[in-house]
Amino acid sequence: MTRALRRTAVAMLLLFGALFLNLNYVQVVQSDDLSEDPRNSRTLLREYEVARGLMLAGDDETVLAESEETDGQLRFQRNYPEGADYAHITGYVAVNYGLAELEQSFNDELAGRAQEAFGRNVADILAGRERSGDDLALTIDPTVQRAALDALDGRPGAAVAIEPSTGAILALASTPTFDPNRLADHDRAAAAEVWEELNDDPDNPLRNRAVREWWPPGSTFKLVTAAAGLEEGISPSDAYDDPAQLELPQTTATISNFGGGPCLDGDEIAVDEAMVVSCNTTFAEMAMEVGDDAVREQAERFGFNAAPLEQLANPLASRFPEELNEPQTAQTGIGEFDVRATPLQIAQVAAAIGNSGVLMEPRLVEAVRDERGETLAQHPAQPYTPPGQDGSQAVSTQTASALRAMMVDAVDEGTGTNAAISGVDVAGKTGTAQSREDGGAPTPWFAGFAPATNPEVAVAVVLEDGGGAGAGATGGSVAAPVARTIMEAALSE
Amino acid sequence: MARTRRRDRHGTGRRERTPPPPTRRIRNRELGLLVLAVVLILLAYVNLGLATQEAIPEDLAVYGTALAGLGLLAHLCVRRFAPAADPLLLPLAFLVNGLGVVMVRSIDLSLQTARGTEVAFAPQQAMWTLVAVLAFCAVIVGLRDHRVLDGYRYLIGVGAIVLLLLPSLPIIGQEVNGARIWLNLGVFSFQPGELAKIGLAVFFASYLAQNRQLLQTATNRIGPLRMPPLRSFGPIAAVWAASLLVLINQRDLGLSLLLFGMFVLLLYVATERVAYLLGGSVLFVIGAVFAYQTFDHFRQRVEIWQDPFADASGAGFQIVQSLFAMADGGLFGVGWGGGRPDMIPFSRTDFIFSAFAEELGLLGATALLLVYLLLVGRIFAIAVRCRDEFGTLLAACLAIVFSLQVFVIVGGVTGLIPLSGMTLPFASYGGSALVSNYLLIALVLRVSAAPAPARPRRPAEGVPS
Repeated sequence: MTRALRRTAVAMLLLFGALFLNLNYVQVVQSDDLSEDPRNSRTLLREYEVARGLMLAGDDETVLAESEETDGQLRFQRNYPEGADYAHITGYVAVNYGLAELEQSFNDELAGRAQEAFGRNVADILAGRERSGDDLALTIDPTVQRAALDALDGRPGAAVAIEPSTGAILALASTPTFDPNRLADHDRAAAAEVWEELNDDPDNPLRNRAVREWWPPGSTFKLVTAAAGLEEGISPSDAYDDPAQLELPQTTATISNFGGGPCLDGDEIAVDEAMVVSCNTTFAEMAMEVGDDAVREQAERFGFNAAPLEQLANPLASRFPEELNEPQTAQTGIGEFDVRATPLQIAQVAAAIGNSGVLMEPRLVEAVRDERGETLAQHPAQPYTPPGQDGSQAVSTQTASALRAMMVDAVDEGTGTNAAISGVDVAGKTGTAQSREDGGAPTPWFAGFAPATNPEVAVAVVLEDGGGAGAGATGGSVAAPVARTIMEAALSE
Repeated sequence: MARTRRRDRHGTGRRERTPPPPTRRIRNRELGLLVLAVVLILLAYVNLGLATQEAIPEDLAVYGTALAGLGLLAHLCVRRFAPAADPLLLPLAFLVNGLGVVMVRSIDLSLQTARGTEVAFAPQQAMWTLVAVLAFCAVIVGLRDHRVLDGYRYLIGVGAIVLLLLPSLPIIGQEVNGARIWLNLGVFSFQPGELAKIGLAVFFASYLAQNRQLLQTATNRIGPLRMPPLRSFGPIAAVWAASLLVLINQRDLGLSLLLFGMFVLLLYVATERVAYLLGGSVLFVIGAVFAYQTFDHFRQRVEIWQDPFADASGAGFQIVQSLFAMADGGLFGVGWGGGRPDMIPFSRTDFIFSAFAEELGLLGATALLLVYLLLVGRIFAIAVRCRDEFGTLLAACLAIVFSLQVFVIVGGVTGLIPLSGMTLPFASYGGSALVSNYLLIALVLRVSAAPAPARPRRPAEGVPS
């Protein structure tokens, strides 16, 4: 019997061997996949075990997001004391719908498990302390944010305000907005109802129009075209023909000006004069003259065709199309055809011009701090070199100052007078892009900065569908006043 | 082993036999290991308290004393009444039992946090431990020679079958979670299947010890195989039919598999005839195919096993939650009290291994399996060493049933094989199982303590009779 007994024992040993192998497979090989499985509610519960850190506005007082302990299964409830005003900045922590915006992109920091906190966390474990989330210090100025929201007044649109010298984002408003508290509700059914309601809303409040929506930039893009021209050696005083219509090569299409006539007297118009009245024919001609490659190159030096804001997850890269023929180049030169820009991108163009041509890295988060206020990570002001570029100097200092002079004139006596602030030199450029839908009202834009020298704030404003002003809406009449309100708020600080 | 038994006229045969160590030393070793087990269990309990309540449990002294007292009681019984018994089995069983109670406590606390109500299964399990140790002592004290059982084989066999059938009876039989394996005795419920397993082990061992020569004779040749006469397959067919009956009657897939597996393997051990293994496998396949086609719940188990994630929130929920728990545990585990065993269905009973794997990680779970492996290996060694055939077969049968049970339930909850409900020996919550497992260990200890017969069972090879 011994032999059979030994064999049976070996067979049982093999069964145990199979158990060992399988256990290794489940707990080591498959472990990560299982943990990340969306059906694994353990991961979710664990996320809610940590008191996520605060989000504090730039005044270091206004709490934008905080955690509160509950008696429920999910231990901490995320609250947004300022509610809808900062929804597109804070994002949300929703049981069913995951994370959004800063809650998503700074999840590790807020949950207290960023690399910088590793040492502290090890110490916490050894001391038996609970892991705590870390706080985000934001660059947002509540006064400016408030002003932006008030000026947009719930109309579908967006506004971005940036401090040109530092890249600090002072306001990032997208309207209409939503209350993140309602999505963060631990009651999944209630949150689902809100989610559905928001998704059914034709104005789509969940969409972050400031960074994840684009439009043809219209005449605000003339800043880019002019920058390309000036960099190519064109002077602000160089004269162009002033036709009522510009006939385009290879096609029967033409480009006409606002109002249908010539921009000045129908004879000649200088570049700087053209900027002040936003003359389409001049910049269409200039775009064809320098060529699509030069304009594209300039656009990319301002950050087009690259994701502009690393601190938010999946921001939309503005687009300057590849391979344009001449008529397309002409159209693109005045911000039409297939060129598309986000409000953040246009704000960056204005900020770079205001900052002597130097593009700064846009930032929402200034620093990550732990519970005791110790800084774990800094996100200081730094020049921004777009991918594929050799530096952060988007345009030369001379070009920047030439553009600034034209923009100041545009606000003083041109299309942008509605953005003027008494006692302050304001530089600005209006835009009135064609509607994305046939027959729709145009898309009013405004890009600018103030004060014109050493600006404290650069803004971009866009409103969808004429901003409620119908087919006659223009950037000057609809977007410029919004921009003025925002700049005033920033300057009052 | 086709050789016939012979008597060895030359005394001890050719092999040199080392003299057995004095029994006192064996028992001291057992005592030392028991102390170690108690220390490990109490450390786990302290660890759990610190992790969940940030304090050493207030009842540590009470439980510590009780635990040490029970260990000492069991030890003294063995020391007095089975001094030559194996020194490892009791400490190993005691260790798993104690850690199981701590884990049940951890599950209690986790449920308490999740539900906000008092949950206290651990004290009950501690009470069952007392009952089980007393039962263990009763066997050690009352049964001085395992061969006594040999004389009652039919009584025990019939008793075991009655126990198996009892849950099918109206009123006292109870159906819980789809399996009719409970006996409601008013005051408490009992799973007679657990006890029946041991009764059947005794019966099988006894039956085969008596009939193995008959079953060994091979008359027919089929190719290279020498086949026993067809009627020799009678018993195997009978047990097969009985396990199918258990399956049909009580829908207890695990027990059915266990009974059949242990009989076939034991038949092979007794006769060394591979033909029985083959015959058994054929019958197993037929049974499995039949069950797959006939029983929805069996088919469902197989389907879940094939892809537990196909219906992760429905049919596959238990396995999926178990896998998630084990993934959380990873290599080192989340620590005593750090897991969420409340999220694993039946974590206290069938799925307690998943809770171990979560809180103690791959390392802890592996250590636990190694303890089982050590136990099984020890029992097989006892079977080999035993001087009488009944004892050998009894120990072998218990080793087989123990390993199969660990394999079936651990393999089930880790997704290696289709899940069939079963307790994890000594660890799972449940009185019937705990008492039965202590009885099993007591029986094996009794076998291991049996005095060597005057003549060794196995003569040296090649000596003519």
